[in-house]
Amino acid sequence: MSLRNIGIVYRKELTDSLRDRRTLISMVVVPILVMPLLTIGMGVLTAEIVGKAKQQVPKVMVLGGSDSPQITAELAAMKDVEIVPARPDYADEISNKQIRAAVEIPAGFDAALDSGQQVTVKIYDYEGDLSSGFAADNIQKFFDNLRDQTVRKRLESRNLPDSLIRPFAIKEQNVAPPEKVSGAIIGGFVPYLVILLCMTGAMYPAIDLTAGEKERGTMETILSSPVSRLHLVIGKFLMVLTASLATAALATISMGISFGIGRQMLMNLASGDEANAPLLTVNLKSVLAVFGMVLPLAVLFSAALLAIALYAKSYKEAQSYVSPLTIIVILPAVISLLPGVELDAHLALIPILNTSLISKEIITGTYHWKYIGLIFASSCVYASVALGIAVKLFQREDVLFRT
Amino acid sequence: MIEAHRLGKRFFDKKRGEIRAVDGVSFRCEPGRIYGLLGANGAGKTTTLRMLATIMEPTEGSATVAGYDLTTQAEEVRRNIGFLSTATALYARLTAEEVVRYFGRLHGMDDATIRERMDAIFSRLEMNDFRDRRCDKLSTGMKQKVSIARTLVHDPSVMIFDEPTLGLDVMAARTIVGFIRECRDAGKTVVFSTHVMSEVEKLCDTIGIIDKGRLLAEGTLEELRSRYRQTDLEEVFVQVVEA
Repeated sequence: MSLRNIGIVYRKELTDSLRDRRTLISMVVVPILVMPLLTIGMGVLTAEIVGKAKQQVPKVMVLGGSDSPQITAELAAMKDVEIVPARPDYADEISNKQIRAAVEIPAGFDAALDSGQQVTVKIYDYEGDLSSGFAADNIQKFFDNLRDQTVRKRLESRNLPDSLIRPFAIKEQNVAPPEKVSGAIIGGFVPYLVILLCMTGAMYPAIDLTAGEKERGTMETILSSPVSRLHLVIGKFLMVLTASLATAALATISMGISFGIGRQMLMNLASGDEANAPLLTVNLKSVLAVFGMVLPLAVLFSAALLAIALYAKSYKEAQSYVSPLTIIVILPAVISLLPGVELDAHLALIPILNTSLISKEIITGTYHWKYIGLIFASSCVYASVALGIAVKLFQREDVLFRT
Repeated sequence: MIEAHRLGKRFFDKKRGEIRAVDGVSFRCEPGRIYGLLGANGAGKTTTLRMLATIMEPTEGSATVAGYDLTTQAEEVRRNIGFLSTATALYARLTAEEVVRYFGRLHGMDDATIRERMDAIFSRLEMNDFRDRRCDKLSTGMKQKVSIARTLVHDPSVMIFDEPTLGLDVMAARTIVGFIRECRDAGKTVVFSTHVMSEVEKLCDTIGIIDKGRLLAEGTLEELRSRYRQTDLEEVFVQVVEA
């Protein structure tokens, strides 16, 4: 094994790839610019939409209530809704967004409140519509307050304490450390992203260095040089692996920065109240550990993509072989995000799914060393097999000169 | 020196079954001589030369190139040959200098020797104006010169040319023809394949006519003309192939 020759091939492929627009876009531009733009852009857009919806004073129709002047007057006095005259086609008006909600006051509401009879107030809204939801929430809050006041008045009139209907209070207190909370929020997301980007980052260089070379006629040129095919394939493989890991690393760094900015934006939205801001902090050690687990997977992707793309006659043909592989990678990663999918000895042997599951655990700060060992070892075996196949294919004339 | 003995190559095609691309080809080419393989498209010229360049492995027979065995010393063979064909393209995103340096390094040369050798070749081929230009920005003629520089950087003793003028304009083709002649004059062993009669007449010391993978006739231009009683090489070729 000549490390010198492998190094020469690797350096040349690196220079060549860094001058290839497609590789640069997939390896640098997408992870550094597109990912944060998407994250921050989505955050800004969401904040804008929510803020706008909150600022609007929604129109609400009051249905009935002609015999209950007190409640209709109180509703009309509400500042966060605008009461509009009742019409029979209120449902259509809500659907058409002319009004945001409607509230139906049952007959004899005021009287029922005085006599202690139970009645039902109906709120009509358009589920899934943000503004309609806010309007319905405002009405709900109004009636919740009214109910509380009514109960308090009734207790007072009978000289009974508040504790009669509320004998004890309940308060939920979080004991999980911040990284565990973050893990629960983005636990599955980070490994999923890293795994997917390892794949997409390797895709273009793998095609360019194999089918691309065949198409451009440089494969025969390099095969006539004294470099052995083993050194050639390893040099090429190392370049694809570099692209794979660089894409994932750059994306993770830029996502980390954009998460930080996103968190600040959410805090500002929550009026600077840090306690209420969502926790999006992830331990650096956990992220590095995830990268350690993803390393054999990146080797597997790089070698497999290299082998598949080498078989193709042209760049286009290679793209058609390689593109469906994205689904094969996404599927197990998505399965790992499903609730109830727990790591066991069988799942620890299924490539991609095993790394997704263990990475999810690592991000939350849990290290199952037995599984980590088993998964790392099995991933290494799969990666070696894929690399072995890629090396073998580089020796086959029917693959190299496939026409 | 090249010595091929009953060299053969069989392929298996799912539709057509077994194909004998090259069938028992034997020839010999000495230093300072040009051996021309003349044949139509699909005659087996490219496969023969690919085997001599160790890009493909023969299924039958044997050959030595520069004293090294094709199958057991493939790397040594490649170290001593310069292989040029229309299929051997250049790396479009690398500069002329980077391409030549890359191949020099792969031949085990150190950077100082490569620099020295490159300066000499680039001056000789008048390439200094575009040595820093990327290959995708070069004209066809310039690219041919870079390819020549790539094959010469390690000063090989054997040169193999597979239809090197195919698709080139007159000026680019003249550069190649001139280069092949210079290789012979420099004492290198040259094997050259073509289907252009005029090139064979101009260049080759020995001509081998190949068809359907078999070497049907061999000799100097004069020997072939007198053997088949024809003055025109094209007529000789047709007579040999149709016999």
